[in-house]
Amino acid sequence: MPETLKETTPDPTVDGTAVQAAPAAKVGKPRSLWSDAWHDLRRSPLFVVSAVLIFFLLVMAIAPGLFTGADPRYADLANHYLQKPKWGNFFQEDWFGYDIQGRSIYARVVYGARASIMVAVIVTALVTILGTVVGMLAGYFGGWIDTLLSRVTDIFFGVPFILGAMVVLTSFEERKIWVVILALAFLGWTQIARVARGSVLTIKQADYVMAAKALGASTSRILLRHILPNAIAPVIVVATIALGGYISAEATLSFLGIGLAEPTVSWGVDISSGQEQLRNAAFVLIIPSVMVSITVLAFIMLGDAVRNALDPKLR
Amino acid sequence: MTIIDKTADVPAPRGSNDSGSPLLEVRDLHVEFHTRDGVAKAVNGVNYSVSAGETLAVLGESGSGKSVTAQAIMGILDMPPGRIPKGEIFFRGQDMLKMSGEERRQIRGQKIAMIFQDALSSLNPVLSVGYQLGEMFRVHQGLSKKEAKAKAIALMDRVRIPAAKERVNDYPHQFSGGMRQRIMIAMALALEPDLIIADEPTTALDVTVQAQVMDLLAELQRDFNMGLILITHDLGVVADVADKIAVMYAGRIVETAPVHEIYKRPAHPYTKGLLESIPRLDQKGQELYAIKGLPPNLLNVPSGCAFNPRCTRARDICRTDIPPLFPVTEQDGTELAGRGSACHFWKETIHG
Repeated sequence: MPETLKETTPDPTVDGTAVQAAPAAKVGKPRSLWSDAWHDLRRSPLFVVSAVLIFFLLVMAIAPGLFTGADPRYADLANHYLQKPKWGNFFQEDWFGYDIQGRSIYARVVYGARASIMVAVIVTALVTILGTVVGMLAGYFGGWIDTLLSRVTDIFFGVPFILGAMVVLTSFEERKIWVVILALAFLGWTQIARVARGSVLTIKQADYVMAAKALGASTSRILLRHILPNAIAPVIVVATIALGGYISAEATLSFLGIGLAEPTVSWGVDISSGQEQLRNAAFVLIIPSVMVSITVLAFIMLGDAVRNALDPKLR
Repeated sequence: MTIIDKTADVPAPRGSNDSGSPLLEVRDLHVEFHTRDGVAKAVNGVNYSVSAGETLAVLGESGSGKSVTAQAIMGILDMPPGRIPKGEIFFRGQDMLKMSGEERRQIRGQKIAMIFQDALSSLNPVLSVGYQLGEMFRVHQGLSKKEAKAKAIALMDRVRIPAAKERVNDYPHQFSGGMRQRIMIAMALALEPDLIIADEPTTALDVTVQAQVMDLLAELQRDFNMGLILITHDLGVVADVADKIAVMYAGRIVETAPVHEIYKRPAHPYTKGLLESIPRLDQKGQELYAIKGLPPNLLNVPSGCAFNPRCTRARDICRTDIPPLFPVTEQDGTELAGRGSACHFWKETIHG
């Protein structure tokens, strides 16, 4: 150790860190962008609150049986919606009362999480993959590839989301969950593509990309190893925030009667059926709506927290 | 096009130790950039060669085309807007400009490597230095992750980064400027290339660190018997390291010479001006000389000798005729090996 130190003495910075690192070697663990971001995230209340909420929602979506023993499709007209909710009966079948068909709203809200969250998560995944690929190719190669891909993106971007989804969805006889997923993904990738393209345009100018080229890296390696990891941060932020948007988009489409439909249990379907008795029993509409709001809020908060952690300058 | 033809007739300047064919030979290279305002002629007929174990210093101010030439050699020029309308780049006798993209990629990194000016921005911030060093071995030699890491540590030791084993997983921002440049050098050295192009390797460094990095580079070059092209604008940096010097101005080589000759007796007014503008201790209290005027706009290079608007010796011929690279001789006519000057009045400059 003394020998190596002697060699570095003319270089004050390194010397300093080397001296510091020696006694406290365990403290100075190397930190990557992601471990740095994780370090920040754990200390962010925004992240903790949204992560806890999302954790519960995900458990609800995966194992609804943990939250309720009731069957969301069991309808007993004797349990009329005019029987007001029993707010005191926590986690019981009649906690949130019954809907028009006499089905337990609590059970439906719990089981509805699966469809809503599944749609949002899969759509986000598809949109992120498609958008990143398109944006990266357009941004990296430029020229006619960029012109072509950017114009296609513009065309899709120009289609009003709800109108486009209506056109696509009404052309399907049977609206299974995957139809809704594909329709949303088909129309939703443009935003990610634009963000990814912009991000790649900046990164490809970086000297380390040229250095990688000069050291003989292939195009695919440059794209996947050097550009993608550096360009992905803004994409992840946009995708997280968009995920909340897809939950409300699913609810909107189901409400309009062109998204998911009975017998699928989803919040959007319940909001749609709840509006019929809005004046008599507002809770039938309000409870699934509140679930949508909470979920959307949780994902948007998560997106904000991730953005703050990845790029503190934006705060 | 007559301008280009004239310079094309100039024989390529050879190094003094010109035994056998050179490692790299650039012949009459032209590079231009197509911009909205017209064609910027960045390189206008550059000739130079490097042999194994030899160091060529390419000297010139910003915009003189020295880096563009290097990028053309490496094949990392952005095309478009860049274009190589003319010229040949021979590496071990093969014209690289005629090779396919894949063939050139095989040469990059393995046969010719490059060291960049700013090591911080030339290293990928999201990957650890060990990963980036190891990448060379994994991609080009197909080593496993573990082997590559061991090799990366060995390389870091080789360029004298202290505590290499502990620091191999550190990220570029955790290193100081000098250490980062050492990592860049290690990356370039990884596959033991035949030729290294160092594009201003010490410009971004502290003066105290510059000498260390240059010494390291020179030592490694000796050990591996590599050719080295050292691009710089710093006359002080090259003095100890280089074997020969090529001075560039406005995309042309204006003077070539073995390194010590040029300091003693420059044969081109531009070189002379450069040397006179170095601060010297014995001139304390006097005004420091500066070459008057600005470097030429590459979209609109002056006719004749590009240096004529700033030159004290400029006559009418300088404004009309582009001087070829004249071989420089002693007053009695004995040839000075390896010397050339693209000045109509080289005799007056060197002997007068």
